[in-house]
Amino acid sequence: MRITQGTFSFLPDFTDQQIHEQVQYCIDNGWAVSIEYTDDPHPRNTYWEMWGHPMFDNPDAAAVVFELNECRKVYGSYYIRIIAFDSSPGWESIRLSFIVNRPSKEPGFRLNRTETKGRNIQYSMSPYSSDNPQGSRYK
Amino acid sequence: MPDGNKKLDAKARYSAGVLEYKKMGYWEPDYQPKETDVIALFRITPQEGVDPVEAAAAVAGESSTATWTVVWTDRLTACEKYRAKAYRVDPTPNNPNEYFAYIAYELDLFEPGSIANLTASIIGNVFGFKPLKALRLEDMRMPVAYVKTFQGPATGIVVERERLNCYGRPLLGATVKPKLGLSGRNYGRVVYEALKGGLDFTKDDENINSQPFMHWRDRFLYCMEAVNRASAATGEVKGTYLNVTAGTMEEMYKRAEFAKELGSVIVMIDLVIGYTAIQSMAKWARDNDMILHLHRAGHGTYTRQKSHGVSFRVIAKWMRLAGVDHIHAGTVVGKLEGDPSTTKGFYDILREEYNEVALENGVFFDQDWASLNKVMPVASGGIHAGQMHQLVHYLGEDVVLQFGGGTIGHPQGIEAGATANRVALEAMVYARNAGRDYLAEGPTILAEAARTCTPLKQALDVWKGVTFDYASTDAPDFVPTTSVS
Repeated sequence: MRITQGTFSFLPDFTDQQIHEQVQYCIDNGWAVSIEYTDDPHPRNTYWEMWGHPMFDNPDAAAVVFELNECRKVYGSYYIRIIAFDSSPGWESIRLSFIVNRPSKEPGFRLNRTETKGRNIQYSMSPYSSDNPQGSRYK
Repeated sequence: MPDGNKKLDAKARYSAGVLEYKKMGYWEPDYQPKETDVIALFRITPQEGVDPVEAAAAVAGESSTATWTVVWTDRLTACEKYRAKAYRVDPTPNNPNEYFAYIAYELDLFEPGSIANLTASIIGNVFGFKPLKALRLEDMRMPVAYVKTFQGPATGIVVERERLNCYGRPLLGATVKPKLGLSGRNYGRVVYEALKGGLDFTKDDENINSQPFMHWRDRFLYCMEAVNRASAATGEVKGTYLNVTAGTMEEMYKRAEFAKELGSVIVMIDLVIGYTAIQSMAKWARDNDMILHLHRAGHGTYTRQKSHGVSFRVIAKWMRLAGVDHIHAGTVVGKLEGDPSTTKGFYDILREEYNEVALENGVFFDQDWASLNKVMPVASGGIHAGQMHQLVHYLGEDVVLQFGGGTIGHPQGIEAGATANRVALEAMVYARNAGRDYLAEGPTILAEAARTCTPLKQALDVWKGVTFDYASTDAPDFVPTTSVS
């Protein structure tokens, strides 16, 4: 399966040139761009690991693409995403978030059902890969 | 000012009998509205022979302290303060029989945090008033002091996006069709296919409650099975608006609690449940981390005609105060009423921190929302993937685009329909961010995206050229003109 979190997961994977375009759009809007990676793609895993701080005063998307490729050298088998933060009053949150790197094999999620009273079912889901400890989930 | 409009001294004012409203103190052309006044703008159509100023004063009177005759008990009160004051009457640009009347209301006339109380005054009595042929509430200015007495949207656009882990693009939804008759099991099938295919939300329709063909618990149980299956299939947070509308408040709370117990991220109500019930559900939603979707069922009965009723921009303001997170607000290009400028006015009211006067969009007042959460507008009704460039252009990013027929009617099935919409949307947002003139190049951008997405190609072929091009009944009175300086 293909995890489709993020703004552009239904499009073919972006080239570095396409990533550059989208990042420059964020920078031109005054947003701080950040790189994050994880090997736990659960949709409610909010806090992916940060590859450094958001690049607050960086005017050039090339610097982000450079850092992304540095991150890929270490975490090339992980999910990596680009996130843009907008500090404007009334927003102060993320404006854009898209996946730029993913494992070659994505085994997907197990859906666990716990039948309780009546016909009620309590659901939980977990990535198949999280059966392995952190750091050894994707090859 | 003609003599007939002058204020009377106290003796003449309070002699028993019938007096024109404008002489009773409800017309004050020199009045400067205070920062804390609630202001209402009415479009009035006086009966033949009725002076527009008197008609405006009558509206001010009947929506505040007046009755049809002089009463001495006024003098036991600070009646000058409590009288609403019509302070400006303008002819409308396009109809010699209609006038815009501006009326200011003292803040103490209203109970804090109660839409029911506000509306009981402003639209409570006056709309059936005989000296008027027709009356329409066009816009209102709520003072910050009053705005701050309301909870506002339970969740708001920003937190909704954080909860859904979805940024940078409009959300996608679909209403399950046929809207009546599916069993719970079959209904959940539509939900599963649509969410798995790429939508963020599916939706109960306004009249799906608990009927013989599908009782509410069945629907909730099958829908949540579908939501969770789709979430596991995509790795995304998914939701379905479970309509908890019911005959009593107790029953609505019961249904909402069950939705919460099942892990739904969102519940839904209809506008017809009434303002107090909406505020109660908004409070419940805030207390229970639930997104609250409002279907504006019934609004067309009083919002659509330009001469009489309540403009939807006023309903939008009331609903932002009342505290809903989603509200249907028009599509511009779809099958339901919606002039582009008027619709822009609605969207601005729901989403902006501060609205400036924009007569060309029907917005008559500056409105400070005082950090109240923003409402996510929902565009639903007769839209399809081929219109994606227009939808993104007119409606922006913070909106739910709902393709009901445009998902379920896809020739290759529901999942393919959902995928077509998602790919079209992502391609359009990508092109916009990359700096392309996406409105002009929209069809090209879609055709390019369709090269790697067969479902999109099929959708574009099937719905090619489907438009709903009718004159709007609710267009703005004012059009921008080029200034000569």
